[in-house]
Amino acid sequence: MANITTDAPAKSRSELSIILEGVVRDPLGLLGLIIVGAIVFSAIFAAWIVPYDPIAMNIPDRMQGPSWNHLLGTDQLGRDTFSRVIMGGQVALKVALPAIFGAMAIGLTLGMIAGYGPKWLDNLLMLLFDTIRSFPTVMFALAVVALVGPSLQTVVFVVMATSIPTYGRVARTQTLTLRNSEFILAERAMGASVARILGVHMLPNIIGVLAVLAAMDIPTVIALEAGLSFLGLGVKPPTPSWGVLLKDGYALIRQTPWLVVAGGLPIILATLGFTFLGESLRDVVDPKLRKNR
Amino acid sequence: MLQFTLKRFALAALILVVAVTVMFLMIRAVPGDPVSIMLGPRATPELKARLIAEMGLDRSIPEQLMLYFGGLLRGDLGVDVFSGREVTTIVFEQLPHTLRLIFSAILWSAVLGIGLGCYAAAHPNTWIDRVAATLSVSFIAAPAFVVALLSLLLFAVHLQWFPAIGVGDGFWDTAWHLVLPSFAIGLSWVGYIARLVRASMLEVMGESHIRTARAFGLSERRIIGIYALRIAILPVVTVIGVGMGFLLSSAVFTEIVFARPGLGKLVIDSITTRNYPIVMGAVLVSTALFVISTAIADLINAILDPRARSST
Repeated sequence: MANITTDAPAKSRSELSIILEGVVRDPLGLLGLIIVGAIVFSAIFAAWIVPYDPIAMNIPDRMQGPSWNHLLGTDQLGRDTFSRVIMGGQVALKVALPAIFGAMAIGLTLGMIAGYGPKWLDNLLMLLFDTIRSFPTVMFALAVVALVGPSLQTVVFVVMATSIPTYGRVARTQTLTLRNSEFILAERAMGASVARILGVHMLPNIIGVLAVLAAMDIPTVIALEAGLSFLGLGVKPPTPSWGVLLKDGYALIRQTPWLVVAGGLPIILATLGFTFLGESLRDVVDPKLRKNR
Repeated sequence: MLQFTLKRFALAALILVVAVTVMFLMIRAVPGDPVSIMLGPRATPELKARLIAEMGLDRSIPEQLMLYFGGLLRGDLGVDVFSGREVTTIVFEQLPHTLRLIFSAILWSAVLGIGLGCYAAAHPNTWIDRVAATLSVSFIAAPAFVVALLSLLLFAVHLQWFPAIGVGDGFWDTAWHLVLPSFAIGLSWVGYIARLVRASMLEVMGESHIRTARAFGLSERRIIGIYALRIAILPVVTVIGVGMGFLLSSAVFTEIVFARPGLGKLVIDSITTRNYPIVMGAVLVSTALFVISTAIADLINAILDPRARSST
């Protein structure tokens, strides 16, 4: 890095800690960080936290209200709701994280190609992005599920397909602004390859904005997974998902209303946490983005 | 302006054509033939052969695509596998229910959101502004179907203030049935619109024509309500247009939760019975709705703010 590119702001260790500090100083950011931390922690250590096997049926204990034995009651098959809520968090992240990382990677690549490549390619990619964005997300998801059947992979695919354009567009705009900046022109004059310019010099300047977008996208994805599972078109039944909890609770809303609360609150909490964190991150990383929301 | 309109609608048409093609190729790319999927275990060779011929699946893919577009131009979306009725008729029977739901949701949330936004902009950085800002973010975060379920539980099942299912008949009953569903869909929009209006209002208030209005001694209420709002409302128009897809998505869930007829209910029911042409038809109609509303939002934007015309 000790060459002409030093005027390009690169993310270093110290910058990360500056960002973290900024988030912690903002009350909502801190709250978001705590919520997200709790969700991630409970998802990673779910197997140790759950008091009962989340898919073990126990018919004698079915449809019990919240008690000390079962903190959030049991469902129509006697499964412990609290254990299912904790495991559901794991499922939610298992869908959201790969889907968002995948979409970000593909969107970033396509967006940089669109922004840096020839005009016709740019137009073609933009038309493709606009087309994908023209499907209402849930309708698109339903069409795909109708075609290939419900599964965790289907949900991941749908999320990836529908969010690639968002990342692609932002990456393109950033690339377009950067491509005529001095440090890129200097690199080009020195004969750097396209791959090197895009990968080494542009990428570090684009990734921050995209990371903020990704953080703010996680709640949407979690809600989509839960929504599809609620419709019975997401993860398959024995797997505990917050959406499946809602589905079971909805079916027996007069007998087991606590299931609706137990499935709904984690979704709202997770969306709140990631939104607070994302907004706070955005303000720290790039205050200019604020106007766009 | 005419040129802008033509250009914008040409783009919308192009997007729709590509979208239909993508959808069409997606169906063909799926492993296994759609006819077996559709007929399921009931498939007998004769039945399969008949359906394949009926749907034109024995022709080449470009030929099929042309046939499909030909049908679309005539407003023909194919035929329901079970009842033999026109898909177009079925979809347009359900569409008004969904539209009514969406419009009632956006209406109350826009009115409340714009009001809140104006108030917050007129009193920036007071505690009311801060509370409103925090609430706005929290409301934005609540997914419609979770709000729908929780409000169903609280207001319909527990308190029994509102009906839990159906659309009702007669004007007042229908409106009464719309309260909870449109509350669920609109809630996240209140905060969103309030924030947008506040931000753009604060920006507009700094502009010179507002300063001039102030210099003429117009009342603050008149300045905010008439001169500033006209410009500050622009992003709301765009966002509602662009948000049509999001609104349609929320409507799907809300219709299921409150057992209301509509596009969402139609699609879900058709997926369970593998009634393919209906799923396709409903998805296409909702996509068209989305594309058109985005284009209209752009147009309104261009009419209200001449600066936007040059950007496309």
